[in-house]
Amino acid sequence: MISRRDFLQVGMAASALVGASGFGNWARLAAQQSLTQDQLLQFDTFGNVSLIHVTDIHAQLKPIYFREPSVNIGVGENKGEVPHVTGADFRRLYGIEDGSPSHYALSSGDFTSLAREYGRVGGLDRVATVINAIRADRPDAILLDGGDTWHGSYTCYHTQGQDMVNVMNALKPDAMTFHWEFTLGSDRVTELVESLPFAALGQNIFDAEWDEPTDLFPPYTMFERGGTKIAVIGQAFPYMPIANPGWMFPEYAFGIRDENMQEIVDQVRSEGAECVVVLSHNGFDVDKKMATIVSGIDVILSGHTHDALPEPVVSGETLIIASGSNGKFVSRVDLDIRDGRMMGYRHKLIPIFSDVIEPDAEMTALIDEQRAPYENELSEVIGQTESLLYRRGNFNGSWDDLICDALLSERDAEIALSPGVRWGPSLIPGQDITREDIWNVTSMTYGEAYRTEMTGEFLKVVLEDVADNIFNPDPYYQQGGDMVRTGGLGYTIDVSAPQGERISNMTLLKSGEPIDPAHNYVVAGWASVNEGTEGPQIWDVVESHIRTLGTVTAQPNDSVEVTGI
Amino acid sequence: MELNRRKMLVLGTAGAAVTAFGALPAFASATEDAIAKFTGGADVGEGGVELTAPEIAENGNTVPIEVSAPGAVAIAIFADGNPTPPVATFKFGPLAASQFAATRIRLAGTQDVIAVAEMEDGSFKQASANIKVTIGGCGG
Repeated sequence: MISRRDFLQVGMAASALVGASGFGNWARLAAQQSLTQDQLLQFDTFGNVSLIHVTDIHAQLKPIYFREPSVNIGVGENKGEVPHVTGADFRRLYGIEDGSPSHYALSSGDFTSLAREYGRVGGLDRVATVINAIRADRPDAILLDGGDTWHGSYTCYHTQGQDMVNVMNALKPDAMTFHWEFTLGSDRVTELVESLPFAALGQNIFDAEWDEPTDLFPPYTMFERGGTKIAVIGQAFPYMPIANPGWMFPEYAFGIRDENMQEIVDQVRSEGAECVVVLSHNGFDVDKKMATIVSGIDVILSGHTHDALPEPVVSGETLIIASGSNGKFVSRVDLDIRDGRMMGYRHKLIPIFSDVIEPDAEMTALIDEQRAPYENELSEVIGQTESLLYRRGNFNGSWDDLICDALLSERDAEIALSPGVRWGPSLIPGQDITREDIWNVTSMTYGEAYRTEMTGEFLKVVLEDVADNIFNPDPYYQQGGDMVRTGGLGYTIDVSAPQGERISNMTLLKSGEPIDPAHNYVVAGWASVNEGTEGPQIWDVVESHIRTLGTVTAQPNDSVEVTGI
Repeated sequence: MELNRRKMLVLGTAGAAVTAFGALPAFASATEDAIAKFTGGADVGEGGVELTAPEIAENGNTVPIEVSAPGAVAIAIFADGNPTPPVATFKFGPLAASQFAATRIRLAGTQDVIAVAEMEDGSFKQASANIKVTIGGCGG
């Protein structure tokens, strides 16, 4: 007897023969330095089902620059594995030529000059063009939004997510899952979710009081496409009340809940699903582990950690698709579903080069309509930058260095702490810094910049605790962010050490003295998860600092020494 | 905001983590003593007990756990890092439809929670889960 497992492996092998990935079709265009929309969209329609995946848009309606990280360290079993491969190593791994469009889209290195050459990325009017083109090939393609959609911009903040809901609804998604959406507060989330013309999914969104599933967020939805049944199961970000302020949505509990995931997979299989897709906001390493624990998942559309991979990663019997962030990519996955199983797949990570892909005119108009009431505020120039400003990286980025400097000077502090979030577009040297740009890297519903005193001992606790959220060797204990950024404070981190022993050599940079565990330091920070945090909003602090500077020049930051890699 | 140290500690539960870390070895032996008291010093095997708990607690003051051990007459729960490790003992009579219990427990910090089941034949089985209690606040 041939088990399902054997069948699947045969299926995977067959799929490799028919050409598993669209990657490479456009990488070779580097030599001629020309790229067309047709080339980006080229895809030989395959099988009988198409999935379209967008995730972690963070309210970026318009094209932006976005530099991928140069430091993204994997630990435990994920040491040296994608997505923990960056820059030139990443390009060598996937056979990407230096200077090519794929170099620019997918990896760090030479970012500024490539950005000048290839231009901005993203823009939901371009995304609309791509989705429309896929639907022209396959009218019943399933469009899935992995969440972190209703957060991250000036207009999203001021409309409490309505701008994004209006624009996304026009793209006609079939289902969505969630993370930062909940920081709008549970009343607003309920209001928006009830208005959605598509499914709001989360098998791990539970009622906190009774620890039971909720009516508002069903675990899955079933689609009939191409003569087969496909179940899409939602997986919201598991650690919302820990990584974000739980007091804003006290009615809900989350967690990974892989035993419940297994029950749902078994249930949808028994209801006739021949293909099981998980729309996930777990983060890549968590998804990879979950695929080895929960059996019966064919495809995980992975979000949260903002990784963009040009080919699926196979974990156990499951394909994991990583589709980037900030509207920079759209993934298309065509599946051949027959006789109760996945027989093969074809995949393409489509980079949204905004100067190459024609914007969809209706969508441009809709986006501009959302922005019109705020256009004067958005476009006001606050200063200029003569350096690249970016965020992504495990320990620091020039945007966060600037934010920490703003906290130190505007809040008269010795030490600054800035959260290790992964959203926020980049600016290239010579650009104006507008108010919109500042909000793109700071906007949130708990942006108050506190000023307080912390002992040296407590600062170490903070650093150790956050470090374990990133570098715990078990992905299930990771929260998917980066290390808290520090201003005025240097330290050494051994990423391979156990919790409580990673951080050493903590130094107050202005004096060069070691941090005294018993001494109180004046600390300014923002994005506290504690209720009742008071202080000016971080975007006002940063705006005031940039106005004072006029022109921003980033200094090299070597305040964090990393060992144990 | 007056974010004093006490408030940060209480809200962030980080103080608890520190305490637990420093004192873990002492608690570990207290847990061993408590388990030995429950088992009468008998050997404890693995398997047959399923302990379901969050990997990271959303609130260390009320952490939902579930334990199931078909064929058990009693299941005892121990929190390895709490000042008083024994948490609860569930007893199941011969008419019990299932040997399952769910409750919420308070954890002083990141630690192992251990469930020990006494089976009908007098043998003991255990399962454990590491539950992290963290300060949080930096999700991507």
